[in-house]
Amino acid sequence: MELTGAEILVQCLKEEGVEYLFGYPGGAVLHIYDALYKQDDVKHILVRHEQAATHAADGYARSTGKPGAVLVTSGPGATNAVTGIATAYMDSIPMVVITGQVPTSLIGNDAFQECDSVGITRPIVKHNFLVKDIKDLAETMKKAFYVATSGRPGPVVVDVPKDVTGQSAEYSYPKEISMRSYNPVSKGHVGQIKKAVELILSAKKPMIYSGGGVILGEGCQQLRDFTQKLGYPITNTLMGLGAYSATDKQFIGMLGMHGTYEANMSMHHCDVLIAIGARFDDRVTGNLEKFCPDAKILHVDVDPASISKTVKVDVPIVGEVVEVLEALIAGIDTSESKVDTPALEKWWQQIDVWRAQDCLKFDTESDKIKPQAAIQKVYELTNGEAYVTSDVGQHQMWAAQYYKFDEPRRWINSGGLGTMGFGLPAAMGVQLAHQDKTVVCITGECSIQMCIQELATCLQYGLPIKILNLNNGFMGMVRQWQEFFYDKRYSESVMSVAPNFVALAEAYGHVGIRVEDPKDLDAALDEAFNKHKDRLVFIDVITDPDENVYPMVPAGAGLNEMVLV
Amino acid sequence: MQHIVSILMENESGALSRVAGLFSARGYNIESLTVAPTDDSSMSRMTLVTSGTEDVVEQILKQLNKLVDVVKLVDLTESAHIEREMMLIKIEAIGESRAEVKRLADIFRGNIIDVTDTTYTVELTGPGERLSAFLQALSSISILEVVRSGAMGISRGEKTLGL
Ligand SMILES: Cc1ncc(C[n+]2csc(CCOP(=O)(O)OP(=O)(O)O)c2C)c(N)n1
Repeated sequence: MELTGAEILVQCLKEEGVEYLFGYPGGAVLHIYDALYKQDDVKHILVRHEQAATHAADGYARSTGKPGAVLVTSGPGATNAVTGIATAYMDSIPMVVITGQVPTSLIGNDAFQECDSVGITRPIVKHNFLVKDIKDLAETMKKAFYVATSGRPGPVVVDVPKDVTGQSAEYSYPKEISMRSYNPVSKGHVGQIKKAVELILSAKKPMIYSGGGVILGEGCQQLRDFTQKLGYPITNTLMGLGAYSATDKQFIGMLGMHGTYEANMSMHHCDVLIAIGARFDDRVTGNLEKFCPDAKILHVDVDPASISKTVKVDVPIVGEVVEVLEALIAGIDTSESKVDTPALEKWWQQIDVWRAQDCLKFDTESDKIKPQAAIQKVYELTNGEAYVTSDVGQHQMWAAQYYKFDEPRRWINSGGLGTMGFGLPAAMGVQLAHQDKTVVCITGECSIQMCIQELATCLQYGLPIKILNLNNGFMGMVRQWQEFFYDKRYSESVMSVAPNFVALAEAYGHVGIRVEDPKDLDAALDEAFNKHKDRLVFIDVITDPDENVYPMVPAGAGLNEMVLV
Repeated sequence: MQHIVSILMENESGALSRVAGLFSARGYNIESLTVAPTDDSSMSRMTLVTSGTEDVVEQILKQLNKLVDVVKLVDLTESAHIEREMMLIKIEAIGESRAEVKRLADIFRGNIIDVTDTTYTVELTGPGERLSAFLQALSSISILEVVRSGAMGISRGEKTLGL
């Protein structure tokens, strides 16, 4: 079948099962937009800024496990998408981004809207391609989806010059693809599994530390089986929340800079650390010299480069999380050794002492709205079942601490890059993927303004997202650091001029609610979540501006040196 | 310690910049780098000389392996190998030094490949250390220009780096 390059691209997206293509048109991609116009299988979602297209595709991918798809034009279209590509890269999110390019004959001439998209995105993609010959187009798209979704996932950019989309060629989509230079591992090494089982069962003070990799690798059920079989305590990273049920008694909270006291103390004092799909990020480990001083470490990861990158491990296993956990479970079942139950009981007693500190308690009598209370209330109203996206700052940490995720893919946040502006567009992708589910965007008045224009997109596609704007009048997280480490010199962190968010929401055709008095909080949230179920509601919650995120591991400290309040 | 890493990669435009970009983005050292297509023109062979602690070099190898264009690689320094580098050097050759340059070139088994009334251009091939030793030996003579290829390497014995 002879098709134009533009038609081939659309056909490839169909073959890959792409439901939504998030994008924004421009000169270099007009052929592609014309091809999109002539079909209904791939639905195009017109964002208001290309950054939002990448975040929306990212939210779609995080909440479904399927790759996100993006289409932007050359030059400024591609550069606007860069933040979203980097965000996806840092959190290993599968995504294929098609960028238009000037015609091949003009490449290198500083042509109108030309930029070296492949060069600019190289350090923030898993891989990228420039397609100079239409004969390579279909195969390149196949490779792009394969690379984006296999092994450790990540974004892939396909840069397509305009003339390539205009020419015609014979089309057939490859059913299978193999690349001699790319062979992600799946099964863990048998010898290592044996060693790992022995180490796991030798523990007197064990700790399971799991991250986003378990969710990306669809290994949550195996993680639950593994953890429950052993009876060991488990902590999740910011990216791993929901992989293990937050309301289960073996779960001792998130770890790291704003993790729970019990999780961080257990990390510090454990004798065997079982790390699964986590990468020992600096926000997790605190001071590396003081990290898990007495522990032997087992690390399971699909990416060999994650192993012993920052923390030396004793037993590394490279493989897909599902296969490795299943092998470990089988190994535990058949091993001569057994869990040391008396030692484990003692360990739990110690953990319960740490738990009794109740490190997440907060003032419930205040005459100002406490952000924690607002999140708890949303948790109750949504039965803990909402999809929650967030931006970056204090509100993000509170959301992670106070919304207890029992299921994976419900907590959607930019953990690695920490991108303000992520929350609202990500929520669009989530809501499109889960039309009958409640989607909440927990944000701050500074973050939300970074992609506020997407309120128009939400109206266009009827996305009833609930925006919980925890409005403290500050770049709260910046203010907190300035309070602690810069003697309260609040340099440029005061958001003294913010819009009237209620009027703004209404101007965009949505519902706006403002609440300032703790007494009115329940009613306001009830109105937002129940009365206006089918509309986007912007809930502007005026919160206590002095509230800080606790507990906290100060920079340079060990995990056992938390500041509690 | 210095490591010589031999890399077999797709002969694609951009493959080289992926390797170079990786080194600059992660703050690794590149001491030298050579690259050219192999007998199979769809593949290039790169030899990269780097240095760092064992941990850093382990990360470098893993990160290189992760690049989608990299087919295979080996750290030649881990086993018996042969290292070669080529140097072209233009040297002032007047008066007494003219004979001295010729003599030194012979000792180091270099070839004089270009001659003028005032200069010799010498070609010298060998392990990097030998090239450096030649430069040292010339220290009293005026060197006009030095071009070094960077190291290339291959394993000794039957071991090969191929598909
Ligand atoms: C794009 C971007 N710019 C700057 C930062 C640095 N930063 C991290 S948190 C923060 C403040 C966020 O303020 P707000 O959205 O109001 O949330 P709050 O901390 O008050 O809850 C800033 C500026 C960032 N993470 N992302």
